[in-house]
Amino acid sequence: MDYATLLQILDTTLRLATPLLFACLAGLFSERSGIFDIGLEGKMLAAAMASGAVAFLTGSAWLGMLAGIGASLVFAAIHGLASITFRGNQLISGVALNFLASGITVLVAQALFGQGGRTPPLSGAARFNPITLPFADTLQGVPVLGPLYREVISGHALPVYLALAMVPLSWWVLNRTRFGLRLRAVGENPAAVDTAGVSVVGLRYAALAITGILCGLAGAYMATALQAGFGREMTAGRGYIALAALIFAKWRPVAALWACLLFGFFQALALRPDVVQAVVQVKVPVPFLDALPYILTVVVLAGFIGKAIPPRAGGEPYVKER
Amino acid sequence: MADGTLAIELKGISKAFGPVQANRDINFAVPRGTIHGIIGENGAGKSTLMSILYGFYKADAGQIFIGGKPTAIPDSQSAIRAGIGMVFQHFKLVQNFTVLENVILGAEEGQLLNRSLAKARKVLEGLSRDYDLDVDPDALIEDLSVGHQQRVEILKALYRQADILILDEPTGVLTPAEADHLFRILEGLKDQGKTIILITHKLREIMEATDNVSVMRRGTMVATVKTAGTSPEELAELMVGRKVLLEVEKKPATPGAVVLKVEDLRVSDEHKVERLKGVSFEIRAGEILGIAGVAGNGQSELLAALGGMMRATGKVTLNGAELPLAGKGSDGQSRRRAGIAHVPEDRHHYGLILDFTAWENVAFGYFNEPEYQKNALFMDNAALREDTRRKMEKYDVRPPIPGLAAKSFSGGNQQKIVVAREMEQNPDLLLVGQPTRGVDIGAIEFIHNQIVALRDAGKAVLLVSVELDEILSLSDRIAVMFDGRLMGFRDPEKTDERELGMMMAGMAGQGEAA
Repeated sequence: MDYATLLQILDTTLRLATPLLFACLAGLFSERSGIFDIGLEGKMLAAAMASGAVAFLTGSAWLGMLAGIGASLVFAAIHGLASITFRGNQLISGVALNFLASGITVLVAQALFGQGGRTPPLSGAARFNPITLPFADTLQGVPVLGPLYREVISGHALPVYLALAMVPLSWWVLNRTRFGLRLRAVGENPAAVDTAGVSVVGLRYAALAITGILCGLAGAYMATALQAGFGREMTAGRGYIALAALIFAKWRPVAALWACLLFGFFQALALRPDVVQAVVQVKVPVPFLDALPYILTVVVLAGFIGKAIPPRAGGEPYVKER
Repeated sequence: MADGTLAIELKGISKAFGPVQANRDINFAVPRGTIHGIIGENGAGKSTLMSILYGFYKADAGQIFIGGKPTAIPDSQSAIRAGIGMVFQHFKLVQNFTVLENVILGAEEGQLLNRSLAKARKVLEGLSRDYDLDVDPDALIEDLSVGHQQRVEILKALYRQADILILDEPTGVLTPAEADHLFRILEGLKDQGKTIILITHKLREIMEATDNVSVMRRGTMVATVKTAGTSPEELAELMVGRKVLLEVEKKPATPGAVVLKVEDLRVSDEHKVERLKGVSFEIRAGEILGIAGVAGNGQSELLAALGGMMRATGKVTLNGAELPLAGKGSDGQSRRRAGIAHVPEDRHHYGLILDFTAWENVAFGYFNEPEYQKNALFMDNAALREDTRRKMEKYDVRPPIPGLAAKSFSGGNQQKIVVAREMEQNPDLLLVGQPTRGVDIGAIEFIHNQIVALRDAGKAVLLVSVELDEILSLSDRIAVMFDGRLMGFRDPEKTDERELGMMMAGMAGQGEAA
């Protein structure tokens, strides 16, 4: 494999890792607050459809993104209502929302555009177009790093950089702010938060709102940057891979970045089976590459790479005792 | 620094949970700068009262005065603002947070943590110096001993500038040395003018640590007295009360051969605290041994160890054969096979699965019995249903419908289902804990008669109950348990509630061995 091919694959890695990263951080906020969210997939899908549709109708990628965030927030609110207010089973609520999203996105897209459940192709300002970072061309001559900067780092749509910026931001919010402290506490021991006079319900809704926004960004990126419009089931399990990445990263933001890049790398490889075959000298089936994230997650869960301890109160609706 | 003013005054506090009146017209006052004990049996309403004071529950009626001012406490935040701090029996700490993080949680200054952490570090230094409350501020809670975790809870309250500190059963999880340290801390706090409310069921602590003491019984405050002017005997009597004896018709016992022999039985809980500290006794065929004691003194652990629910050390023989106390063969199933039936203290957690039907519940523990098998693969559900119907009729379970979910029966009938299941297996030894807790009068009588009938059939019965009258009327011999040990054995004909109450409070009974 030559350097140019490697750069190509890394470039694809970054693009494919972006929705994973948004969704993974989304799941991180929700799960650190003690709410399991298996519905990342559904929220992304709803956001992708809403942003694809609105971007096409208004011609603005930005309005599309807002619409995506809005749609995702609605799903997050329903999840909150079911699992926080009514103390329902969080997994069931998440799965239900995934099914709902899967059906309703196609239904709405079909009703709006009549193109078989997809939104019309986007172009121009209706998409987030690649941004060339400063000096990308000037530095091209620098050996190794120049092409790396130009091909991999530069030339992505805005949300890619936004996702990367979310990593240190999330870390900072979680570890350096009052909100973060309370959020982590409510996912570990809501009774401690409650007796300290802080609203458990309020914190968990706030966490779900962040989850909704981040999933909205993930979906909007899918429809208005990675691809040009919404297509049926376009998220293709990314919500679940993001959950796997979250476990792989042991619910930590910076580790989440590496996990998403790794899983994005696998996805990039799956697009280039020829390269994989050239490198390992064996024909690797593409489904195996698709399955790698899940296999690695199982390895982590089995405790081979340190112990992954989920937030202790995760999945448990909070009921005040005494 | 008691100055005669009142820190807290409660007037006419009442609180009901459905039909259960947890607090009934409670009036009491705590002078500033004193340690005030609240004593009572489990379920007397102490914790409910304190939860009302901390804003966890809203009282149905009554008024709270803090520092002389009427104060509404709708939530914990208001309680904290009013200067009330609470140290719960089960600590409310975040295990993987540091001490500092736990202390500032909910009391942070501003949006960012740095400033709060720095301030808390400084305040904590001062507090640990002033009150002998030494804790490493950067240690993770999960690495701290229980005693240190409790100190963190106290620090949390002090950091929020609590003037009134409520401690709910604070010594339950502590070693004696840790408990002594805690009381030194409380003395120090009192000297600084803090008011302390100490909830406990241990008379020794009340006598040693408090200035005044209030006694609660069955939801009412029966007395408030100066500690110096009372005696453990008086408190024990106030606590237990004189209840109408439920008479049980029974012939004198005719004890036979020794069925159960227990030697130096010891049990430790998950915190490695020893709950059963070397208990020895024996029960003969055709005899009921009643274990009296205030709840939480090791009776539950005794039942759990004998029933195969907790590991133990020591020696237990049943009909001459030694039972394994840990590892293989020490589980509940093996105990049942060995001939021990168990009516657990808590029927909702251990006796029944409430969502399952009566006949399914009757099968628990015995579904491997040959008579319930249709063939190698399937259970004979029809036989089980029929068997359950027969048991329900015999034990007067109403309604006698095997297909009804256990939760659809009243408390008394649920208990009868459990009792029927256990007794009908014809055990050599019946372990029975709180047989009539939450059970109506009619069912109480029925269950008592069944226990006596089992005895008359030549079986051994170990009865654990916090109801003294139940112990007195059913037992052929009584042993009193206190702090994980047996205080002595008594003949029910030759003792009374007063003597037993004193023994239950840890005042050693004299002489008269087993």
